[in-house]
Amino acid sequence: MSKAIKYYYDFLSQPSRALWIGMKLSKTPFEDCPVALRKQEQLTDEYRNINRFQKVPAIVDGKFQLGESVSIVRYLADKGFFSEQLYPKSLEDRARVDEFLEWQHFNVRLTCATFFSKVWLLPAKGLAPAPKPEVVKKLIKDVEGNLGLLERLWLEKDFLVGDKLTVADIFGASEITQMTVPVQCKRKQFPKVAKWLERVRETTNPYHDEAHSFLYKVAKQAASAKN
Amino acid sequence: MTSPIRYYYDLMSQPSRALFIIFRLSNMPFEDCVVALRNGDHLTEDFKQQINRFQRVPCIHDNGYKLAESVAILRYLSAKGKIPEHLYPKYFVDQSRVDEFLEWQHMSLRLTCAMYFRTVWLEPLLTGRTPSEAKIESFRMHMERNLDVVEEVWLEGKDFLTGSTLTVADIFAACEIEQTRMADYDVRIKYPKIRAWLKRVRQSCNPYYDVAHEFVYKISGTGPQAKL
Repeated sequence: MSKAIKYYYDFLSQPSRALWIGMKLSKTPFEDCPVALRKQEQLTDEYRNINRFQKVPAIVDGKFQLGESVSIVRYLADKGFFSEQLYPKSLEDRARVDEFLEWQHFNVRLTCATFFSKVWLLPAKGLAPAPKPEVVKKLIKDVEGNLGLLERLWLEKDFLVGDKLTVADIFGASEITQMTVPVQCKRKQFPKVAKWLERVRETTNPYHDEAHSFLYKVAKQAASAKN
Repeated sequence: MTSPIRYYYDLMSQPSRALFIIFRLSNMPFEDCVVALRNGDHLTEDFKQQINRFQRVPCIHDNGYKLAESVAILRYLSAKGKIPEHLYPKYFVDQSRVDEFLEWQHMSLRLTCAMYFRTVWLEPLLTGRTPSEAKIESFRMHMERNLDVVEEVWLEGKDFLTGSTLTVADIFAACEIEQTRMADYDVRIKYPKIRAWLKRVRQSCNPYYDVAHEFVYKISGTGPQAKL
């Protein structure tokens, strides 16, 4: 019997959470290999031998090493280790999920990650001063531009690509949930997004809450540090 | 009888150039649907409703099926058997190595090259304002951090990004890097491996490489081999 795939991740990283939830739902057999980003474990020489880009998530399957969450999903799917419902086999459905996974990088992902890092993470860790109010306003505007696109272009149905949950939803929601606070304030402005986030959470629980518990704690700490 | 794929693109856009070269190398017949970004053709209501809801290029229509995002398009056409296996491997282990690059590039190489290009070339053109030296320097630093990774990690001991032969990963990356010529950046000075690799990519992709980059050569005032 071959050894289980080793999964290197940290719940502080949104693609790490998304992939973890996807693998749990798919019952992918994997060995848990947490990498503590807060201790900069990803920058050690030892970890460089695992992922030459020194990022999480990454997998090692026997001798094969692979980084980048989306390529990992595709690799696992081709090995038969990923749920076909989450990453469809049929050509057109798969292309539609791929379309979202590619689209998100420069849209939902870039704007949400920039917001999270500049407004929460860096100030909370004392690595940068809290941004000026006009900067925060601009960052929120960028995020909202993309929430608007989700609301108008992607959420015609219950999920991003049709009536059922796919990895597109897990990846998309993971970016947005990271900024829990601002989105919750905007329920009226983005009603479909708000309902969809709830739906994704319900559909992916208990894994969703487990993957996010650490983040909620960090966000809380950041909020109380501010007050 | 099915009609050929309709390809909507503008050679001003770097993923459009990459797909154009890939389609030509693949001998894939397609219907040429040029979208003039400079005239705002992509911003019309008609384009949004009929062609691509994201109002961007590139995108395709395949007998009524609409698809955007260059990498998604590539995978779709590969699954349909339109892209030769040497450009995008079918064996999943080899394919995932190419995928790893295609995913890696977005937030690293692509983002920082595009930001540098925008700051130095596009924004001054649109606003009439010149960016400060400090601003240019900061964008250059971010871009070079990723060019370092291409030089030292991706091109380490290999002729091409994912092995000894050309794949779509090289074509996407080269199109991104070539664009910085227009912002008067010469990647060849600091990066000998990238320099030699760009030559190999161009050779492997010509004549289509030069056709796709005609505009880049013209704007930057440099031929493919010239120093800037």
